[in-house]
Amino acid sequence: MLKVAIVDYGMGNLDSVARAVEECGGKAFITSQSQDLETATHIILPGVGAFPAGMRNIRARGLDRILSEQVLAKRIPCLGICLGMQLLATRGYEVEETEGLGWIPGEVRRLQPQGPDDRIPHVGWNAVTPQRPSPLFREIPVGKDFYFVHSYRFACADPQDELATTPYCGGFTSAVARGNILGVQFHPEKSQRAGLQLLRNFLDPNAPC
Amino acid sequence: MLKTRIMPTMLFKDLGLVKGVAFDSWRRVGSIMQTVKVYNMREVDELVFLDITATREGRAPDFETIDELADECFMPLTVGGGVRSVEDVRRLLQVGADKVALNTMAMEQPTLIREVATRFGSQCVVVSIDTRQHPDGRHEVFIRSGTQATGRDPVEAAREAEALGAGEILLTSIDRDGTMQGYDLDLIRLVSRAVAIPVIASGGAGNFEHMAEAILDAHASAVAAASIFHFTQQTPREAKQHLHSRGIAMRL
Repeated sequence: MLKVAIVDYGMGNLDSVARAVEECGGKAFITSQSQDLETATHIILPGVGAFPAGMRNIRARGLDRILSEQVLAKRIPCLGICLGMQLLATRGYEVEETEGLGWIPGEVRRLQPQGPDDRIPHVGWNAVTPQRPSPLFREIPVGKDFYFVHSYRFACADPQDELATTPYCGGFTSAVARGNILGVQFHPEKSQRAGLQLLRNFLDPNAPC
Repeated sequence: MLKTRIMPTMLFKDLGLVKGVAFDSWRRVGSIMQTVKVYNMREVDELVFLDITATREGRAPDFETIDELADECFMPLTVGGGVRSVEDVRRLLQVGADKVALNTMAMEQPTLIREVATRFGSQCVVVSIDTRQHPDGRHEVFIRSGTQATGRDPVEAAREAEALGAGEILLTSIDRDGTMQGYDLDLIRLVSRAVAIPVIASGGAGNFEHMAEAILDAHASAVAAASIFHFTQQTPREAKQHLHSRGIAMRL
């Protein structure tokens, strides 16, 4: 039984993620309770919003400690989505410098337009190209479009952690991976068939990411 | 490359979907759930759902209906109409909206734009600007579903919205709405030049070439349309194929 904890830290759009997980055959529960997180087979860290508010909410609920235990010590697969991916970084520079979870070394900085066509936020469908083979992108064509809506990007300290890139503002990292810790800047729950395939891949017990 | 979006607009009134002309003469065009399911199946780029009577009736958004439709919607969803507070935005995001459109409140209480952007991020704040053109050519912003003049210039209103943290501008010409005579290209050009955030052109699409003009000539980042999809046989997919043939990057 796939028990997928969708971490509720007061930052938006949890229902869509839960619906998408259910569509992929997982049992989704939106939670901030340690007992739920302790029994989860998978953890999704979703999130819409600003970096400092996200980290503040995580710490205020004591989730950083519980999540570290589950993800770092017990190595439960964890997928960060959008802000949830950014929070995996060492620190962010949205609004003010803020310490992140620090699970994947790197910084979150504003996208820098390279020309008048690079409007910020980056909103809409754009190509995602994996930089190496990964179970997360199984059965998804290289360069498939996913839905993005963000103004900041994850700059990995170690290129090994970069899983996929997307061509905008000179190119940015659109997926990260380090062991059982994964993150995507786009919204799989809003990326229709390709997005659901990615979530199915994340949840696949036979081919763990 | 970032693809140009085509966004079907769904207008909600008295428990059904409607479409009018110049924000008037509403006709019923079908059920919400059925329409959302069809658009989801056809993999449209994004949906805009506007409750056009909430503000005038002093109602909050219909969270229950939006929850139901978002459950069928594995695609981006922008919701507007009757949004008056940070709490309204929080609840809309919670039930599955990805972005929230502020229209009347964005003009009456612009600080709400900043409050929402600070709390939830700019990317979920769409400021919806409805305009009418005066005989002398001047554009003016209207609120409350086009029923109340504000005396404000849309370019200045868009700049202010951007400065306060809006992530996108949904720019609608009331004069063109439902006419299918083409977008107001001058208006779109003026606003898209004035801001660095994406501008969604709305009001007047009658054929695919109208969309191409809005994107290529007036620099819209996305095009919204309703009548063309409700009242003709043309589909978002055909629109995308046409725009692709005109050299515009589309998601096919």
